[in-house]
Amino acid sequence: MIQAIVFYLFASVVVASALMVILARNPVHSVLWLILAFFNAAGLFLVIGAEFIAMILVIVYVGAVAVLFLFVVMMLDVDFTAMRSGFTRYLPFGLLLGLVLAVELVTVGFFWQFGDLAVQARAAPAPGPTLSNTQAIGTILYTDYIFVFQMAGMILLTAMVGAIVLTLRHRPGVKRQSVAAQNARTPANAVSMKKPAVGVGVDTGAGVQRVPDEGGVR
Amino acid sequence: MIIGIGHYLAVGAILFTLGVLGIFINRKNIIVILMSVELILLAVNINFVAFSIFLGDMVGQIFAMFVLTVAAGEAAIGLAILVIYFRNRGTIAVDDVRQMRG
Repeated sequence: MIQAIVFYLFASVVVASALMVILARNPVHSVLWLILAFFNAAGLFLVIGAEFIAMILVIVYVGAVAVLFLFVVMMLDVDFTAMRSGFTRYLPFGLLLGLVLAVELVTVGFFWQFGDLAVQARAAPAPGPTLSNTQAIGTILYTDYIFVFQMAGMILLTAMVGAIVLTLRHRPGVKRQSVAAQNARTPANAVSMKKPAVGVGVDTGAGVQRVPDEGGVR
Repeated sequence: MIIGIGHYLAVGAILFTLGVLGIFINRKNIIVILMSVELILLAVNINFVAFSIFLGDMVGQIFAMFVLTVAAGEAAIGLAILVIYFRNRGTIAVDDVRQMRG
């Protein structure tokens, strides 16, 4: 009973906040509603005992993706009210398509059941109460699915390199420290020994500039 | 009252539908379109985890993590493209993107 109450609480909040994501006028509000939706989806996962995915959802989606959205929305100086102009024009078609999709998906969900072979065809049966959810995921993630795991790492690396390459720009006229040029200096080409005569000084063209001769003491 | 897999599939179906609807009614605002794609992927994750729990197979949760990975990468690349598009054009109206056409 308590499980049903908690489920309906989380489910209603996640659906309502998803509705507000697509209806909010301000994209900053959309991002904040999206964060609420992710938190409540994590709650839904906790109700049925998928703790690890729930925590990953909070960390990755709320901690990284939603904050990234928030940064971009606040960084771009865009008139968001002008973008609502096609709202009523596309609404009937969108509602029709959404209605068809929802009816089909809910129909599939209600008239569907596990086949006879589904239980025997499990690739990695859950170990039951002997292992926690996190331990059970770890035991197969790093053994049976290690190559898929590494491919996920490669995907993230590609996304990171792509995002950096896309947004990197070199502005002209900005003074930067060149570590390679600094490290390439050796005493042979940076230091020279001179023995100037008294009162003449060293004329190298670099280093300390001599003030123009004002007839003073040389 | 027992919460079964049908309840979770219904939540996933509603979220998926809301994501598709968000893409349609926010045709000009690509930021909200990207958020709608995140909603769709969240619905997929709910289905994966629900099937994984109620069938007793851990692989669904493994693949939910990979869906999360792809969602994070997609958001990063999409927002990077959006930033450089805004830097070049000064707007993010996506209904007149035709400068790549020959």
